[in-house]
Amino acid sequence: MSSSPDKLVYMANQIGKFFHSQGRDRAVQGISEHIWKFWDPRMRKQIFAHLDAGGAGLDPDVLDALQKLKQQA
Amino acid sequence: MSLIQETDFGTPKSKSETMVTLTIDGNQITVPEGTSIMRAAMEAGTQIPKLCATDMVDAFGSCRLCLVEIEGRAGTPASCTTPAMNGLVVHTQSDRLKKLRKGVMELYISDHPLDCLTCAANGDCELQDMAGAVGLRDVRYGYEGENHVFAKAHGCENDNWMPKDESNPYFTYDPSKCIVCSRCVRACEEVQGTFALTISGRGFDSRVSPGMNESFLGSECVSCGACVQACPTATLTEKSVIEIGQPEHSVVTTCAYCGVGCAFKAEMRGEEVVRMVPWKDGKANRGHSCVKGRFAWGYTTHKERILKPMIRERIEDPWQEVSWNEAFNFAAAKFKGIQQKYGRDAVGGITSSRCTNEETYLVQKLIRGGFGNNNVDTCARVCHSPTGYGLSQTFGTSAGTQDFDSVEDTDVVLIIGANPASAHPVFASRLKKRLRQGAKLIVVDPRRTEMVESPHVKALHLPLMPGTNVAVLTALAHVIVTEGLVDEAFVRERCDWSEFEDWAAFVADPKHSPEATAIMTGVDPKALREAARIYATGGNGAIYYGLGVTEHSQGSTTVIAIANLAMVTGNIGRPGVGVNPLRGQNNVQGSCDMGSFPHELPGYRHIAGDAVREQFEAMWNVKLNNEPGLRIPNMFDAAIEGTFMGLYVQGEDILQSDPNTKHVVAALSAMECVIVHDLFLNETANYAHVFLPGSTFLEKDGTFTNAERRIQRVRKVMTPLNGYADWEVTIMLGKAMGFEMNYSHPSEIMDEIAALTPTFAGVSYARLDELGSVQWPCNEKAPEGTPVMHIGGFVRGKGKFIITEYIATDERTGPRYPLLLTTGRILSQYNVGAQTRRTENVVWHAEDRLEIHPHDAEQRGVRNGDWVRLASRAGETTLRAEITDRVAPGVVYTTFHHPDTQANVITTDFSDWATNCPEYKVTAVQISPSNGPSDWQKAYDEQARHSRRIAPVVEAAE
Repeated sequence: MSSSPDKLVYMANQIGKFFHSQGRDRAVQGISEHIWKFWDPRMRKQIFAHLDAGGAGLDPDVLDALQKLKQQA
Repeated sequence: MSLIQETDFGTPKSKSETMVTLTIDGNQITVPEGTSIMRAAMEAGTQIPKLCATDMVDAFGSCRLCLVEIEGRAGTPASCTTPAMNGLVVHTQSDRLKKLRKGVMELYISDHPLDCLTCAANGDCELQDMAGAVGLRDVRYGYEGENHVFAKAHGCENDNWMPKDESNPYFTYDPSKCIVCSRCVRACEEVQGTFALTISGRGFDSRVSPGMNESFLGSECVSCGACVQACPTATLTEKSVIEIGQPEHSVVTTCAYCGVGCAFKAEMRGEEVVRMVPWKDGKANRGHSCVKGRFAWGYTTHKERILKPMIRERIEDPWQEVSWNEAFNFAAAKFKGIQQKYGRDAVGGITSSRCTNEETYLVQKLIRGGFGNNNVDTCARVCHSPTGYGLSQTFGTSAGTQDFDSVEDTDVVLIIGANPASAHPVFASRLKKRLRQGAKLIVVDPRRTEMVESPHVKALHLPLMPGTNVAVLTALAHVIVTEGLVDEAFVRERCDWSEFEDWAAFVADPKHSPEATAIMTGVDPKALREAARIYATGGNGAIYYGLGVTEHSQGSTTVIAIANLAMVTGNIGRPGVGVNPLRGQNNVQGSCDMGSFPHELPGYRHIAGDAVREQFEAMWNVKLNNEPGLRIPNMFDAAIEGTFMGLYVQGEDILQSDPNTKHVVAALSAMECVIVHDLFLNETANYAHVFLPGSTFLEKDGTFTNAERRIQRVRKVMTPLNGYADWEVTIMLGKAMGFEMNYSHPSEIMDEIAALTPTFAGVSYARLDELGSVQWPCNEKAPEGTPVMHIGGFVRGKGKFIITEYIATDERTGPRYPLLLTTGRILSQYNVGAQTRRTENVVWHAEDRLEIHPHDAEQRGVRNGDWVRLASRAGETTLRAEITDRVAPGVVYTTFHHPDTQANVITTDFSDWATNCPEYKVTAVQISPSNGPSDWQKAYDEQARHSRRIAPVVEAAE
């Protein structure tokens, strides 16, 4: 967890793991809402940039949630 | 101002609702059944002479001074042990009673030194008062007989005489003045619950004895002060009273240590504190205290307090003392420069959970309004932020559900990841009292804490492996659901039924059974099943929890699991039950309420909500940013990355208290301006450029909000030594930055809070003065506040069950780091120790020690007291080992009170998934024998000493 995208990916996946047990639809909704509510804009910008670069390491629910959030932004 | 005299009714209040009427000295009096005649008389204004009775403890009937006559009854019964009954006719004064009382007093005084003029209790001695009350004029027996008073009698050593015990740093025990009323012994048992004192010997040989004739310091005594408070003579006396004399006025205020929020009378002589005495009308503490609040206030005048503002360009430079204005202008110029260079969002601040609500509110106002961003956070980030998230998701509001009085109606107490005996001692005493009355206790904790085994209390202990809370709680839920112990009526009425069904199906899965999860949790499935049954079926079940729940990767999930348990058993919404987070710091509840989180305005309302934000914009006359700001760990990451360069820290030592010290050092070093606003040059100040001297709780007006949501007044008893209260400093700093905040008194700040925050709408200083304290929500619906929440329905509407999947932390043990380290507090020290280390409390705990199981110690060749190296993936330190089976094999434990240990060099970056609350409670470590301090400790100490230099003031030439 040295460089920033890695840490944010880790954090996003951690959020994803909590919501995973609620089923895919609710998980995607829960993850995107959580990141919108609690992450400051520079963190969101960085994770979106990572997403645009392929989103390596992001779990599937998280990937969807971030794409959804990015569209809303 | 005068000294507040609290009425001593002699015996405790009866809770009965049945009333009885009797006649005392010709007056009819109606009292609750179970009230003593002594108390009934006092309620009517008649003080019956007494020595062994006091209303903090049960009647004892030993002094024979409170005798009365009752018509139709033979003899002269003791009024303290005789209950009031319908139709009794009582006389408190008669020739016979006068004679008897005088006789009793003669005997007492014949064995008591007559040094009243030079006695420390002169002016505050019940023995003297009673001698006066009974009209004692002569002692027929003389003073030459066998006695406990004189060291020598008739030229020989007096074997009955005992010297003073001055071992306790705060009070003395002078056996020559003792009348053996046993009030101290009973206070230690009944109020404190420690049972450290006893009466040894019989008859004339009876003596108050700490432990087995040990010194006070050497005994189990925890120095709570209850015995000193109970003592009617100068036998147990505060050393400060001996040194200074009796106080002349007193002011009621609130303790600035833990989240219990004890009310104290600050007893003063001028602006000097003589002593702090717990206030009986304090609704959190009900007249009790612990060693910290009662005695450990010496830090307020400690010589290391910094009283002048200081600045420096670089942290390598020595500090320069400057005027307040120079300091403000320097800080303002730096912050403005940073914002110009790196952008508006490159600065932020941390509010203090030790400062008042008003001060916290102002700091977040300065950041949101003056800095123009939402980069504000508070130490709750690193303690109870998961509570905020978890409880607001499930119940609709983030606060604890009960008041502390609720424990008196509890039948089953479930403590998870908390050790109230050390961290919330006054609550622990109230809890233990209930346990001694028969309530059951279950403790979920990796360590065999003081709560698990204490006098007359034996808990059902579930010693789990650190990091497996969710698995254990889900297994408890599994037992409740699969064994049919669900309170279905409650769940159907109060909760979302379909969410419940999903959740019930999830927990019922055999993979969540105690048997299936035992391999991860280490908890005996039989004990776990028994615990679940007791909690679900044992009557009123209350959960109390602490940082052992929150400070994990799954902290928020654990809080949710706790809420699920309370809902599924119907243990919510009435006295005696509930979910009760034990808050760490005096005002951590308040700092959260006051909008210290980057995403929330005061009253827990998201910053993105236009309607609420616009109210604040109108009141503050400034446009606010609608995006959430950085949380503390995010600030550190952003600093290292170069986008966050200025930080204002009020009353918080982030360098010592936050995890992974090396990471924090790197972040602070990267910043261009760190402003520390504190009492002392704390560890964070080693990396600061501006130091603004802070004020103590004795030096300002304001309010603190304790763990029960109770808002209590903090009252100024002395002029700030540094010149300004913290709220004034924040206002002046804001002004230098071009952000005007105008208040002439903290009460005006509270009025603004009340105007903007619905849950505080009814709060004002006038209201607090009138009611003593009030628990929010306090508004039109609840003008006197809300002791118990969620009565009749949850704040969010229907209670929400949420699935809690156990996900093991990524902090794993392995061949290199095979042990799990967990951390906690000790009674005598508080948090990072900045205050308590500067008091005599160090006699109990002068250093952090590493607790290690004998098996693990032997494997590593570690003996008790040896220096050991404690290493994790994050760093290493050294400290001395204490071998004990309080910890299980594979688990080690230490406290984090001392900067020279820096336990947080060891802790890692892992954090709660929802809130980034650090995972302090689980770190994989290795232990090995060591010769002394690690290289890190040496380098740290060197840097700290270098950084704390203050340049000598150069006198200007004439």
